[in-house]
Formats: sequence, structure tokens, C-alpha cells
Amino acid sequence: MKFLEKIVHNMEPKFTKGGKLEKWNPIFESFTTLAFTPAHVTSKGAHIRDGVDLKRTMMTVIIAMIPCLLFGIYSAGHWEMVAATGDRSLDFWVDGGAKFIAGLAIVLPIIVVSYGVGLTIEFIFGMKNGHSLHEGFLVSGMLIPLIMPADVPLWMVGVATAFAVIIGKEIFGGTGMNILNVALLCRAFLFFAYPTAMSGDKVWMSGLSENMANGAENLDGFSGATALGDLASFISDKPVFDNLDMYYNNYSFMDSLMGFIPGSIGETSVIAILLGALILIVSGVGSLRIMLSFAIGGYVMGMLLNLVGGNGFLDLPPHFHLVIGGFAFGAVFMATDPVTSSQTATGKIIYGFLGGLIAILIRVLNPAFPEGVMLSILFMNVMAPIIDHYVVQANVNRRLKRLKTT
Amino acid sequence: MSKTIKLRKGLDIRLVGVANKVKTEVAAPKTISLKPADFHGMTPRMLVKEGESVKTGQAVFQDKYNEPIKFASPVNGTIQAIVRGDKRRILEVVIALDENQESNSTGTIDISAMSNEEVKEKMLASGLWPFIRQRPLDVIADPANNPKAIFVSAFDSSPLAPDFDFVLHGKNKEFQVGLDALTKLTSGTVHLTINGKLPSDSTFTEAKGVQINTMIGKHPAGNVGTQIHHVDPINKGEFVWTVNAQDVANIGSFFLNGVYAGKKTIAITGSEVKDPHYIEVLQGANVSNILEGQVKSDNVRVISGNVLTGDKIAKDGHLGFYSNQMTIIPEGNQLKFVATKGWAGPGLDKFSNNRLMLSAWLGRNKKYKQDTNLNGEERAFVITGEIEKVFPFDILPMQLTKAAITDDIDGMENLGIYEVAPEDFALCEYVCSSKIDIQDKIRQGLDLIAEECM
Repeated sequence: MKFLEKIVHNMEPKFTKGGKLEKWNPIFESFTTLAFTPAHVTSKGAHIRDGVDLKRTMMTVIIAMIPCLLFGIYSAGHWEMVAATGDRSLDFWVDGGAKFIAGLAIVLPIIVVSYGVGLTIEFIFGMKNGHSLHEGFLVSGMLIPLIMPADVPLWMVGVATAFAVIIGKEIFGGTGMNILNVALLCRAFLFFAYPTAMSGDKVWMSGLSENMANGAENLDGFSGATALGDLASFISDKPVFDNLDMYYNNYSFMDSLMGFIPGSIGETSVIAILLGALILIVSGVGSLRIMLSFAIGGYVMGMLLNLVGGNGFLDLPPHFHLVIGGFAFGAVFMATDPVTSSQTATGKIIYGFLGGLIAILIRVLNPAFPEGVMLSILFMNVMAPIIDHYVVQANVNRRLKRLKTT
Repeated sequence: MSKTIKLRKGLDIRLVGVANKVKTEVAAPKTISLKPADFHGMTPRMLVKEGESVKTGQAVFQDKYNEPIKFASPVNGTIQAIVRGDKRRILEVVIALDENQESNSTGTIDISAMSNEEVKEKMLASGLWPFIRQRPLDVIADPANNPKAIFVSAFDSSPLAPDFDFVLHGKNKEFQVGLDALTKLTSGTVHLTINGKLPSDSTFTEAKGVQINTMIGKHPAGNVGTQIHHVDPINKGEFVWTVNAQDVANIGSFFLNGVYAGKKTIAITGSEVKDPHYIEVLQGANVSNILEGQVKSDNVRVISGNVLTGDKIAKDGHLGFYSNQMTIIPEGNQLKFVATKGWAGPGLDKFSNNRLMLSAWLGRNKKYKQDTNLNGEERAFVITGEIEKVFPFDILPMQLTKAAITDDIDGMENLGIYEVAPEDFALCEYVCSSKIDIQDKIRQGLDLIAEECM
């Protein structure tokens, strides 16, 4: 690596103050700090520092997403094949290689657009403010593709990413300063700006809407709906299923757990998500408090709704709620974002519990939104500072009480 | 009424280079110095001029805004230089040692016959006062206050810290007289806190007239701040004084012998020291003859104090006033390739409190060599919950730091700024993955509080 170090040393004068390429320094620095931990030494306070920095932490989150990503690529390929043949009962594991390659062709462009647009904006702001790339978007850029439907047009991903990074993060001051989770904001933007591309029966399988528009005969009566879409129809006049048993036949618990159902690219397989959760928990990056309390909150709401009962959706056993839609993905990767979640230990438990609770509440009771996880977490992002305020106030009051008793 | 406290939170940073329990003599240094910067917030007024000679115990400068507080020369010598920095701020007063170090003793001073005021005046006049520090603010105690308690820690838990049981072994008498003097300074209790993990020396266990508490836990269990918080926390408007254990013995030695005692035993530690051990040195001694033949390589950082709170000094610089140890570690001013020693490397050779580093999964006895590399770049606070793990106070460290950064006086008061000193946050600063200089931020907050609220 000596030769690389030499190159960096030779290039450095051009980018430092007074050099020809001075204003490009943030970009130069971003790349060199990626290749080498810089030679910065401590100047104030503690002379030694822990080996862990933000780059390592963020990279761990990306690694934790890899199981979801790989599964997402495969299933995108699978559902594209389903959309072409019109046979929803197609065996998931048949034609694996072809499916994976087909999936790659769907997912890779979305990743490229997400990172391309996001990083470009980050670099522009970095150059403007004179700092190198802050690591936050490395994670957001991977989260965004995982929560998109496979059929989403690429330009929409670009527009939404730009919106989320600029309005959601950079105007607040960049990484560490944002109030809302950037990836979820990106999805929310698309959800409200282009609802037809983000919900309904035709967006979850790549090529489905196109095939149908072309009048493919084998697609007569075919539905590309997700489990949540079909469940939501219990509330409407024309339910897809007459009773829950029919639902179980189509979306068994096992299939939902494994991820053999349609949905956003990375959200379907709870097994892959749990693998990611394991990485986050073992490495200490993700908050177990939030993940658990989020799941418990969702379960409790599911039970409460069972008590009310009345239609298939309300009667759905709570453990089903945890494995369908974006619930597990939200709990593990979205709610645990350290910047936008509660910062105090007690606050995290409250934040997670309410997040899970509201997610299922919106999911089941609000017919306008087939999935509540996104809105619930965004809502709790806004509420997190208030939760923290009361936790902090409790600490302050303990101190005031001590003052009074002495 | 003695208390036993167990701490759950904290971190013992395991470094290479702990001092062997061997004490050697080194030749007397050519110069010693007094550095006003060791006494935060104090503005010195010189009492002697360059070239003038001073006797042991003679005041060299005084606190401009609290004139009774004087700073004594620990040796007979000549003022060699008054080193000034920007705006003529005095950085260092260097005293060259005379050959003749004999000093006039006034004989034993019997404290028991003295009133509290007399003890205080004696200590102020003889230059012993700077040994006494106060909380809040972590500055030299204001003699006008009546502290509700005085805390002395009988052990140091910081990385590579000297073992006070070894350092003060056999100094029972000096230590006891020092404690007696301290009890005269407060209407409250004098607390001595001993380490519950190991048996303590009789110097501490047989101390009389004080409340002996036991602390069990990882660093910062040995910090007085932690002990105060768990034994008798400071509320707004209250004062607690703290004295370093060795300085207690030096105060005692003054009352026993009638002459300013400027010697202390320090540990020479760190991975770059050939033979880490203890030496007896003069307070503020020049370190060049101490380091001679002891340092393994050139690219090192010499620290007066420990790696978490010490001050960087030159290889021919002078020890700090409060330092009980010297640490020498490698400088980390090299690029580190990402996959080997950089941010994505396996991290087997880097100590960490974070499970992200493989070293955290290795045995609990492995010791590490750490350099001064920041191991990253400064960022905004992103990760939550990490600094709380090493902060054994019922105080929210991140919120308090943020209040300090934003100059939020009400916030700092409410969140407990009166109880803390920068050194209490040293571990937080160590583990912070955003590489924020938390101790510095807390110090700025304390300065603001000193200006606005005290």
C-alpha cells in the first residue's frame, strides 16, 4: 500500500490551501479518508481514542443490510417471472440463477440512482461547506432501494432521493442534524407525490403493469397485490377473501416469514431481516431496546384489535402483523436510526413501543394507507425530542428534589 | 457511616507499560517550573523578578484576583526565565536549582493547638493552598468558602495509573497529619475513598478522623468526581474540596517538618518506556534527565499525567503541578490503510469498548499499545448510548455536553454541571465515535458558569 500512500502524498499539495484544486479538497479528502484513516492526532483532552469511528459504524449497518439486499434481488427476479407467466404459485426456488440475474437488472439501477443522486448532492454541500463526505448517506443510499417497489421508475427514485437529502437533511445541517429519517422521507415523498407508482396491485412485480397494458392473455384475473393489499380489502365492499382461512392459504405464516410474498424489494424476508438484526445487535450498533419494544408495541396493538374484531383484518392474529409488510424492516433498520430516534435509554423504549403500536393502528384502521410503518416511524421521529424532553426532565427533577431535601 | 459503592458502568483501558513496583532515584533536575496553565482560570501576578533568587517555600507568584493564594518554589534557586506567550500571558516560570538545597525549617507545627483559621492562614502563606481544588468548576479552592466536605481518593483508576498503596507506603504519619489539617478546613466530613477491589495500604485503612468509603468498579471509580457523586453529591450553591492523596502527604510533611515538601513519587509509564517504574522527583521537574535512555523511539508523545487527562509536554519540558505519573506513547501521525490498520481493519491491535472491534472479543487480560491517532474524523453526534456506558453518574452526559456546546446556562445547571469536572468526561471522550473533544466542551461550559453564575 506504500505506492497508494505515495500517490496521496503527491496529490495532496494540489488540494490543500493555495493549491490549484483547493475547492475540490472535500472530495479529495472524502476519497483519501476512505482509503486511509487520516494521520490526525489528538490535540485536546484524551490523548488516545477508541478505534471505532463513524465510517466503521455505518459500514456495519450496510453489511447488516446485505442479506435483505441479496434476498430482495432474488425475489425481484422471481416476481418478474411471475408477472410474465401469470402463475403466482410458481416455485420460488426454481430457475434460481436466471431469477437472480433478472433481479440484479431491476435492483442495481435503483441502487446506482439512489447513491448517484444522493452522493452528488452530499458532495456539492460538502464543497460548499468545506467538509468531506459525512457518512450518513452511505446507509440511507442503501436503505432507499430496499424500501422501493420493484417497478418504481428510476427518475422517481432520483427525484425523491434529491428531495429527501436536501429538504430532509442538508438544510438542517447534514448528518446527525436531521429530524426525519432520510430514507423514509424519500419513500413518503414518492408515496404522496406519485401514489400510483407506490401502492396498488401492479407496482410490486417488475413489468406487471406493462404486460397488462399490452393485454397479455395469461394475466386475465391476475393480481399482483401484497398481503396487506388483500387484507385491506376486508374493509372494502369487495373483499378478495371471504374469510381469514382463505387468506392463510394464500399467505401462510411460513411464506411471510421466509419472504415468499410480494412487497418492497428488501422488506419481505423476515429471516433476512433478523439476520441483519443479529449483526446490528451483536456488533452493538443497533438498539435492541428499540427493536424489541417496536415489535412488542405492534404485537400489543394487534391483540387489542383482535379484541375489537369484526372483519378479517381486525381478526388477524398479531404474529402475522409482525411478518407482513414493512414492519420487521422498519423495526430493525428504520426505527433504530440513532439520529432520529430517542436518545435516552428510557426514551428508546417508549419511542419503540409507540412506534410499533401506531404502525399497526394505521395499517389496520386507516383505509387510505395500506401500510402504517413508514408514517408511524416518521411520526415518532417528530415525537422523539418530546419523549426525550420528559426523560431528561425526570433526571432534572431528581436533582432538584435532592436540593430540596438537603 | 462509611459507604460501599459498586459501579456497573465504566471502562478500564488496558494499555502496555504499567510501572513495575521499583522506586529509583534520579539525579536532581537542572530546572523546575511552575506553569500557571496547570491552575485553570488563575491569573498570576509575579512576586519575583527574573534573575532573583528564591528559597524553598518562598512565593513565586500569587493569584491576581485572590491574593492570599500563593504559589511556592519547591527548591532553592534562581528565577531563570519567565516565559510569556500571546498577550504577555505567563506560560512558565523556570527556576534553576542552586547547589545548596538546605532549607530553614521552622520545626514541627502542632496542628491540634491551632484554630481552623490559623491552619488556613498557614497553608495559604506557605504555598500549600494550590493543592486544594474545589468543585464546582474544578479550580483551586476559594479560601473564603466553607466546603460541605473534602474528598481524597486513595487510588487512581485511570490507565497505567500509579499505585498509591505503593507510593504512600510508610508515609502513614505524613498522610495522617495532612488529613488532620484538612479536617480543620471544613465543618463537614473529610472522605477518604479506598479501592474495594484490592487490599489497601495501612496508610489509608488506618487513617483517623475521616470517613472511609469503599468504591468497587472500573475507571472512573478512582476519580473524586465519581466518589462525590455517589457519596455526597453537590447541589447548586454547595462546595466540595478535593485533594490528591500524595498532596495530602506533602501537606502533612510541611506541618511535621516545617518546610515546604516539593517531592513526590511518580510512575513512568507507557508502551514507549523501556523500563516502566517509579521515581522520586521534584514537583515541576524538568523531564530530560528522567527520559534519558528510557524512551524507545523518536516519534513519541510525552504526557505529564495519564493518557486521558494529562498534558502534552516537550521532551525537555517540565512536569505538571498535579501530575502523579508520566506516560509516553507513540504518536499516530501516519496514514493507516483502510483494510489493515485503518477504519475497516480487523482491529485486533486496537483496544476498544465497542464490539465492532475484534479486540473487544478477545481475552480480558490482553494489553494494548495505543497511539495518539484520532482514529477517525470529527463529526456531529450520531451514535447514542455509547458514552452513557462509561459514565457512572445519574447525569445525562450527551445532553449536558450539548448544553455546554450551545452555551445553555439553564440547561447546564439543570443537568448537573456543578457536579462534574472535565476529567469525569475523559472516558466519554475516549469512546465517542464522533471524535468530539468532550472535555474541552465541558471546560468551556464551566468557564461560562464561572463567569455568569458564581
